[in-house]
Amino acid sequence: MVHWTDEERQAISSTWAEINVEEVGHQALARVLVVYPWTQRYFSTFGNVSNATAIAGNPKVRAHGKRVLDALGDAITHLDNVKATYAKLSQLHSEKLHVDPENFRLLGETLIISLAAQFGAVFTPDIQAAWQKLLAVVTAALSKQYY
Amino acid sequence: MSLSAHDKELIVKVWTKISPKAAQIGGDALGRLIVVFPQTKIYFSHFADLSPSSPQIKAHGAKVLGAIGEAVSSIDNVSASLSKLSELHAYNLRVDPVNFKLLAHTLLVSLSAALGAEFTPEIHLAWDKFLAIVAAVLSEKYR
Repeated sequence: MVHWTDEERQAISSTWAEINVEEVGHQALARVLVVYPWTQRYFSTFGNVSNATAIAGNPKVRAHGKRVLDALGDAITHLDNVKATYAKLSQLHSEKLHVDPENFRLLGETLIISLAAQFGAVFTPDIQAAWQKLLAVVTAALSKQYY
Repeated sequence: MSLSAHDKELIVKVWTKISPKAAQIGGDALGRLIVVFPQTKIYFSHFADLSPSSPQIKAHGAKVLGAIGEAVSSIDNVSASLSKLSELHAYNLRVDPVNFKLLAHTLLVSLSAALGAEFTPEIHLAWDKFLAIVAAVLSEKYR
């Protein structure tokens, strides 16, 4: 079981309270698609995702970003049992979606960068560290059901 | 992976914009590195103060970003401009190359925090590629 300090819980929940889930989800997902363009392979049904402008304006990307961040909200609500919370999601990503787990790490990175863009210096090293830990736990949980 | 003309333009544009605050951004990036990836502190065991606010950490971060700035000025030949540093890292410092990726990440976070919405996905992409090239050049002579 993951041990969370009070400071870490506080860092995560206080940041989470301030973000617009749809906006940040869109930003983080758009960044993944632009910065690591090979990830576009998973979104062939989304229409035009071939360049930054198309990605920024694509409503399916926006909707999907929100969906992903809503799921992150679930993890935050169940910080003491992310693995169980994500068991079905992990299975889905492995068996149906066939997503390389490396992508969970990439999205975690772009989410951190999106948070930094929004919060600036308020996103301190300690707060960043708590979020990196959260995203590492999320990545591990999502990768768990792969075989 | 190589830099397009557009990538180079974006990299230089950002450098010009941030160079007055380069010392502070470099210090911030190294401070984030040692907090978020505490294993990296082993390379600084000779520093008296290993907190992110440590003057030694800030000075060293400034130095690192300064060197990256030199590479930006010679963006068409990063290998030549970082040649001495490449040897230093290979023969003296021998920092495990995995750490170049970690610092690249915290540097991107610091740039993002400093530039906000101006740190667009395209700029993020160009800098991510550039830092990967810098990392490759620094590890070039390791073996």
